Amino acid sequence: MNQHHFAFFDEGSKKEIRRTILKAVAIPGYQVPFSSREMPIARGWGTGGLQITLSIIGREDCLKVIDQGSDESVNAVSIKKLVHNTTSVEITERTQEATIIQSRHRIPEIPLQGGQILVLQVPTPEPLRQVEPREYMTKILHSEEEYSGAWLQLFEQIMKYGRTATGADHPVYVNSRYVMAPSPIPRFDNVKMNESDALILLGAGREKKIYAIPPYTDVQSLAFEDYPFAVEEFSGKSCRFCGATDVFLDEVLDSATGDVHYQCNDTSYCLEQLNSHEKAKEESSYA
Amino acid sequence: MGYVAVKGGTEAIDASLRRLQYDRLKGEKILEIETILATMKSLVDQVMSESSLYAPYLAALAIKQAEGSMEEAVFIMRAHRSTLPRLYYSETAETERMEVKRRISASFKDIPGGQLLGATTDYTHRLMDFDLLNESVEMNAEWLHEFAKEVMELKPDAEVKYFPKVVDYLRKEGLFKNYSMDETSPFDITKQSIQFPVPRSARLQTLTRGQTGAVTALGYASLRGYGQVHPTVGEVRVGEIPVLISHPHELDESPENHYYIGEIEVTEVESFVPVKVKNEQNVEQLEFEIGYGICYGQNETKAIAMSILDQCLEHPASSFPTHDEEFVLMHIDSVEATGFISHLKLPHYVTFQSKLDSVRQVKKGEEQG
Amino acid sequence: MHNDAILSVKNLEKQFGPGCSTCHNESTRKLEKNYCPQCGTVYACRNISFNLFPGEILGIVGESGSGKSTLMQCLYFDEAATSGELILNNQEFQEENVLELSSQQKRYIRNYHFGMVYQNPLKGLKMDFSAMGNIAEKLIAAGGRNVAEMESIGKTLLEKVHIPLFRMKEEPKRFSGGMQQRVQIAKALSNNPPILFLDEVTTGLDLSVQASVLDLIKTIQRELGISMIVVSHDLAVIRMLADRTLVMLNGEIIEEGLTDQILEDPQNPYTQQLVYSLL
Repeated sequence: MNQHHFAFFDEGSKKEIRRTILKAVAIPGYQVPFSSREMPIARGWGTGGLQITLSIIGREDCLKVIDQGSDESVNAVSIKKLVHNTTSVEITERTQEATIIQSRHRIPEIPLQGGQILVLQVPTPEPLRQVEPREYMTKILHSEEEYSGAWLQLFEQIMKYGRTATGADHPVYVNSRYVMAPSPIPRFDNVKMNESDALILLGAGREKKIYAIPPYTDVQSLAFEDYPFAVEEFSGKSCRFCGATDVFLDEVLDSATGDVHYQCNDTSYCLEQLNSHEKAKEESSYA
Repeated sequence: MGYVAVKGGTEAIDASLRRLQYDRLKGEKILEIETILATMKSLVDQVMSESSLYAPYLAALAIKQAEGSMEEAVFIMRAHRSTLPRLYYSETAETERMEVKRRISASFKDIPGGQLLGATTDYTHRLMDFDLLNESVEMNAEWLHEFAKEVMELKPDAEVKYFPKVVDYLRKEGLFKNYSMDETSPFDITKQSIQFPVPRSARLQTLTRGQTGAVTALGYASLRGYGQVHPTVGEVRVGEIPVLISHPHELDESPENHYYIGEIEVTEVESFVPVKVKNEQNVEQLEFEIGYGICYGQNETKAIAMSILDQCLEHPASSFPTHDEEFVLMHIDSVEATGFISHLKLPHYVTFQSKLDSVRQVKKGEEQG
Repeated sequence: MHNDAILSVKNLEKQFGPGCSTCHNESTRKLEKNYCPQCGTVYACRNISFNLFPGEILGIVGESGSGKSTLMQCLYFDEAATSGELILNNQEFQEENVLELSSQQKRYIRNYHFGMVYQNPLKGLKMDFSAMGNIAEKLIAAGGRNVAEMESIGKTLLEKVHIPLFRMKEEPKRFSGGMQQRVQIAKALSNNPPILFLDEVTTGLDLSVQASVLDLIKTIQRELGISMIVVSHDLAVIRMLADRTLVMLNGEIIEEGLTDQILEDPQNPYTQQLVYSLL
């Protein structure tokens, strides 16, 4: 990989992407178009997030990459490898050590801190796409702050099912101005975006858009007054390894017994919990 | 100390890459880049066209690396292109200056300059050629020798002859509208993302690097009835055009000071499409418009299909999807289409869990209600 | 603006086409009906001025191509007027020509101050969303964020327009033409607009259904006191609904007055023809 430039891109490309990021930060929740480069990994596999990461990363940075909450998911490994091979920056699995965290579909359980940057990979940046297929029209709707379509979808779900039935990627209102797709994070993670200490950057490579939530920005999930926003329900369930209860859990089926188990989706969080339990046990045995 | 992360993903990827390498090597044959260049021109052309990078040697390398997969080869080329700084824009390349090796018109039997059939598979019979099983370098050399002898006996013209455009002849007759030269610099789709409605330059760039199959399929759909363009091919020409750049620091931009940096082979198509226009007296008249198609290398089907789509998009009022620029331009790119389709292979555990939760809550509500 | 008017239109013009040297100037213009034979430009609305007063129903009658529907589309901002003024008697936009506002402000006026019922329910309704959802759409656009409140407004309105409540969660595509029109009326009324536009709302319906829809409009007007502009090619509809009437021909208002007056003593030959054909 030595014949390639630091962080893959030429400096001109990085500058252009950084300018786009600055604009995105200046207008929270607004999708800024950019001339997304073709990357060595496929479109739809995190090229938007990767372009952001590569254009902001410096030699001093420490990077964490997760996919579906896991540091060891194959695509997370692949992205980490590419960034490491072209930059030699330090890679970590510990959320609190990382300066840049690139993630697909999750925000880590350990609260992010000021100075950290969370980079989210986005497949479909347009929250109104299901209401209106044409880009030309959705741009007008955003400019006029005309979001009845997004609300109406929620209303119809309530009419049909008695409650909203959104899965991941539940739309949010950013800074009381733009309705934004938070990327397919579970509803459980939506609340972490509100008044976040860390800067959140979202990149859609195939759709050629970058948008951002600067630190301490108001981010509210779309919900009617009398049908409050609800996160995924894990009450009465806990992680079978570390015992955590207030986290997003994966459901695993034991094919031998047919039993359903739950475990932390955030693998590095689970590991830290286990280790801190271990340490506490050791200390209490000394005492 | 304590628990450590299982390196499952890292190990699996390593093993997968080794297995891929094994599959490539196990036949114990090596395909030389030169062999690809010499025998797989159509493939090389297509890869260059879809990746919008004119570099036959790199295209051949990409084909080798991709083990013949078009989408992979294009993907490798595009990603490589992202690493290259772009230093110059060329001067406008004039296809009138093409060194034509093939040029036909479906509109007129006698076109100024004449028809030139050139090399084409159009009139080959697509019978399996079993002789190729026993091809030898010696036999081929002998054939080439004979061919060279025949060519030597021909007397070349004293002067280099350029072929005039068929459309110029019709334009003189007033059948095509005369446009003044448009010198505004084109939109660069590799530096800006396209915004709708798109300028024609962005449209043509998107079409020319479209996936051959996708461009052909949509052009065909329009021709068959899901569109309103049924053209006559005015001219297809294949050949090399010179590429010139001006000196970046010298103010004198006269053509004598341009630098010749090489030539590229292209296929260019001008399709003639009859359209109704109203003249100043408000009387409807028939006129012709041009659908324009061009692509790297020799790929006539793609260039013709592109010319149909260009003309379709010129008339967006039609209700057919082939006339809708978002529909056409957003869905024909090889890297984007194959990437997003293939991303469905990635795990979606979290999103699925989230949806599952929603469905369960709705069910629970129904049971209670 | 007339002091009492709730809506005033002044010199509204709408043309389709760029115009040419002969038709640009009103004095040299030689139109065939509303059409310039030189360049094909259509002068759909020419120098239209009128007032709408609180609580009245103003009828606009004319044959197809007279410009009445185009006029209504300009008032509801579906079409951009070429020139002219539209003034609303409204605290927020007092004395302002609302035709010149930004598209966002125009959308605001549509959502909060106007209701519209189109001839074709496809234009006014989302056929794949529930009847209740359609009504809620207008309420949401006007800032509604409480489902129970919107549902109760929706129920009241659906009852008012005689849609059985057990069908409120069905999509309008499963309704008859008359029912679709009634859902449109309910939707248009949902944000309690001071001004309602009705464009050929009974055209294409069976006679008995027409009668019930007209009856409904009359009742609503009496109960809620909404000002309405009713466009129709059918003088019978105008006779039944409108207090005052404008007669349009070739893009111009050729006669106006109290509906009874126009029906009993039409002045313009065209109006006379229209009235006699009704008798």
